[in-house]
Amino acid sequence: MKKKIIALGWSGTGNLIGAVLVATTAACASSPMSEDQRAAQAIEVMKASFRARGQAKLDRLEQDETQRLCSLYSGDEALPKEVGQRIETSQRAMIKYPADGKFIGDWKAGERIAQSGVGKQFSDDPALPAGGNCYACHQLTQSELSYGTIGPGLYQFGKLRGYTPEIEQYAYGKIYNSQAFSACSNMPRFGHQGILTEQQIKDVVALLMDPQSPINR
Amino acid sequence: MHRIYRAASMLLAVAATSALAQQERSAVEEIERYRAALAEGNPAELWEARGEDLWRQKRGPKSVSLERCDLGLGAGMVKGAYTGLPRYFADSGKVEDLESRLVTCMVALQGFTPGEAKKDPYGGPGKKVPMDALVAYIASQSRGMKMNVAATHPKEQEAYELGKKIFFYRGGPHDFACATCHGADNRRIRLQDLPNLTKTEDAQKAYGAWPAYRVSQGELRSMQWRLYDCFRQQRFPELKFISPASIALTVFLAKNANGGVFDAPSIKR
Repeated sequence: MKKKIIALGWSGTGNLIGAVLVATTAACASSPMSEDQRAAQAIEVMKASFRARGQAKLDRLEQDETQRLCSLYSGDEALPKEVGQRIETSQRAMIKYPADGKFIGDWKAGERIAQSGVGKQFSDDPALPAGGNCYACHQLTQSELSYGTIGPGLYQFGKLRGYTPEIEQYAYGKIYNSQAFSACSNMPRFGHQGILTEQQIKDVVALLMDPQSPINR
Repeated sequence: MHRIYRAASMLLAVAATSALAQQERSAVEEIERYRAALAEGNPAELWEARGEDLWRQKRGPKSVSLERCDLGLGAGMVKGAYTGLPRYFADSGKVEDLESRLVTCMVALQGFTPGEAKKDPYGGPGKKVPMDALVAYIASQSRGMKMNVAATHPKEQEAYELGKKIFFYRGGPHDFACATCHGADNRRIRLQDLPNLTKTEDAQKAYGAWPAYRVSQGELRSMQWRLYDCFRQQRFPELKFISPASIALTVFLAKNANGGVFDAPSIKR
């Protein structure tokens, strides 16, 4: 007998508690849900569990294809190589490089962006510029001791790789869309998702690539 | 000559690195010392005492206490109740964590409307709410006991699987999931250590430390609040109090912490 889930719902109205499979056939109890069914159920449950507030509307729960794949191949399941390549190819095609061909801004402004963790939270003022919060995950300058370790250390980024246009462009692209180079990276896609502006990304590239930046001195 | 220069500069680099490591270590040690000092006097006790009074107080339209509330071990049994939550309750037909179970009891026993019972889920400046106090009291009655969430009922199992999906669900402008910060070993945000909540040892330590008194906020914070604030930083919309997703996620986290010694309300920066 083929199992069929007829409907998903909540016992009661509003934000009452407890997931209820309103109607399932007998076979459902003995055979587990597929990953896709479970994912669909999770999305329904989440839509019922959040409310829009400030700039954080419910559409933030809608995943794009990359988010969907990275969620699916997470935890117990490793990301298949071909899926990873597909993500990188599609993301790379969507990077918008600066029209003026310049990748380097002001490293001092970049340092301020790297320090700032505000932006896009429902508690943040959407009129103010967002930060990059780079220090939350990366070591950057030597003077800032309060840095996280989710991402690799970036001290001497430019000095170690060489101050070349190719590395400048790579740094810009990586900040713009990290997943273009490393599928399902934990790093936000700062340009692609509209977190940082083109100028802000240039400023962060300068922090990494300007020989005068404290990262390279 | 060139080789000597290179050796010297390498030595300097090593010295600089170890000085940095030293500085870093002492910063971490300072934080540990600060935490130890805090633990000696935990203001959570004030919430615990207030919660015990509220538990026994006749409240609501029906003017009855919560002493007949069944938290999973039988009516009125508070000792050890938190270690078995969330669990499925036949009377409500739902999987409930402590906060949602308290709402169920406030409605069923005391006659509050669901809206009234859920109105003030979290305290704030100048606002002390009954929920925080009740959570502190009931949690404190499980201190020193081992987490023991059965998750054997089909609805508990379903909630666990659902919670797991939500844990790994990437979304929002930053592509963040719970797992972004809490899915790998030995990571930090700034200087804050991040527990890997998919790993037993870390999950036990982290889950067993909530609810907690937050020094920086001067508030007692529940697990519901912890999830609410994580999602805020994840750039998600606002998590509804005792929503199905919050409870499913709590089942996932609590079950992963099974066997760990519960040691809360704790105190945090």
